[in-house]
Amino acid sequence: MNQKATDKISSDVSRTEEQSSPSAIHGVIPENENVKIEVRDLNLFYGEKQALHGVNMDVSEKKVTAFIGPSGCGKSTLLRCFNRMNDLVDGVKLDGSICLSGQDIFAPTVDVAELRRQVGMVFQKPNPFPKSIYENVAYGLRLQGVNKKYILDERVEWALKSAAIWDEVKDRLDDNAMGLSGGQQQRLVIARAIAIKPEVLLLDEPASALDPISTLKIEELIYELKSDYTILIVTHNMQQAARVSDYTAFMYMGDLVEFGSTDRLFTNPTEKQTEDYITGRYG
Amino acid sequence: MDHSHISEQFNHDLESVQTQVLAMGGMVETQLRDACEVLAHGTDTLAEAVLEKEIQVNKMEIEIDELCTQVIARRQPTASDLRLVTGTIKTITDLERIGDEAEKIARLGMENIRLEHPANRYPEVRHLGNHVRVMLHDALDAYARMDADAAFKVLQEDDQVDEEYEAILRQLITLMMEDPRAIRRALNTMWSVRAMERIGDHATNICEYIIYYVKGKDVRHGSLEQTLDALE
Repeated sequence: MNQKATDKISSDVSRTEEQSSPSAIHGVIPENENVKIEVRDLNLFYGEKQALHGVNMDVSEKKVTAFIGPSGCGKSTLLRCFNRMNDLVDGVKLDGSICLSGQDIFAPTVDVAELRRQVGMVFQKPNPFPKSIYENVAYGLRLQGVNKKYILDERVEWALKSAAIWDEVKDRLDDNAMGLSGGQQQRLVIARAIAIKPEVLLLDEPASALDPISTLKIEELIYELKSDYTILIVTHNMQQAARVSDYTAFMYMGDLVEFGSTDRLFTNPTEKQTEDYITGRYG
Repeated sequence: MDHSHISEQFNHDLESVQTQVLAMGGMVETQLRDACEVLAHGTDTLAEAVLEKEIQVNKMEIEIDELCTQVIARRQPTASDLRLVTGTIKTITDLERIGDEAEKIARLGMENIRLEHPANRYPEVRHLGNHVRVMLHDALDAYARMDADAAFKVLQEDDQVDEEYEAILRQLITLMMEDPRAIRRALNTMWSVRAMERIGDHATNICEYIIYYVKGKDVRHGSLEQTLDALE
């Protein structure tokens, strides 16, 4: 982390303390890791209703950061900020900043399509296009103007292999993707997301509609993908967050209540609200 | 525990684990009291009771272990619940070892009866026995209330137990040099006080698990000062 970034964090911490919000970020990410995304004083409103309250956090590069919290706590809203998906929702206002590799993603000069190429997203319900398996993965590349067959072939195979689904589909690449099982569809969608080589992957409940075996495959995949991508995952399944993530953020009613290493947060959380939620005392 | 889980059954499971640990602790306490009595006064009728309790204590260790395994498998406890379960699994191991040491003291006490007329010869040994009994009692009390400060008080006692143990060793060595016929008896006594000293260590371990549960900080193998820092 450069000196300027350190200064910024320190000042944010003191501001956070003044606001008596416990979402202190200082010291969460060790110095030998790079900060990929910096969120500072992020407020988000749906019309009059405030959905995020002064969120401050750093996301470490090539690590998995999980967001947990009860329904409606703002974790999906926050996730959707990272590739500006909230732009598509009417009546959304936000202030504060999110920097991706040091660049403010809300700056007027930012090309949103380019941002979404860098920050891929996978949703709860697998949403393959009603096209062949091959075309699903090649789609993003074609949009980018890649048309040479040998490049497409190579990238499709690489993406399907990276998403751990190649062996299951290599003999039927021309079959319709809708014929795959739910777990396979989800891995195909992840292959589609990584085919365009994003830097960050946003996963919104990627395994909640899947059976336990498919869930484990997705979790294994997340583990493998983190050597190349910065991954942010929203999950209702706390054990899943504990299994797959390096850092965990607990959110409650639009506040980032606690953010820390997963090892610590699941054995010895600092905040009582976190303790109550992860031990099942929340209610 | 200040408030309950949404799952009543989970509350019940954890409470049941704690109740059983205290029942096991009570049994071990009785064992130790009786064993010290055998050693100090040669009450051989009590030795039998100590040996019988040992079987029950072993059985309880297995039962509580199984309960904890079930809680982990079914509930995947986290945070303080997880610390309670892992701390408890270790606590019962220490309790069972205390039971073993008590059994050893009772056996050695029985042997001494055969070697000599049981006289109140070793007030220091009785004192050490009482000291570790109080430590065990206070450790179990701290477990029942999950009181880290009370646990720390027990930790502070351990140095004194070690000193008492060293003093008795010196005394026994002198005795053996003065009167070689007393060597057998002195050795038995030496092993007994060694067992007592170990009981003090096991009670200390239990208190460290209590501090881990309450504060989330592992204070094993640290100094008292470091432990005190962890409590703040």
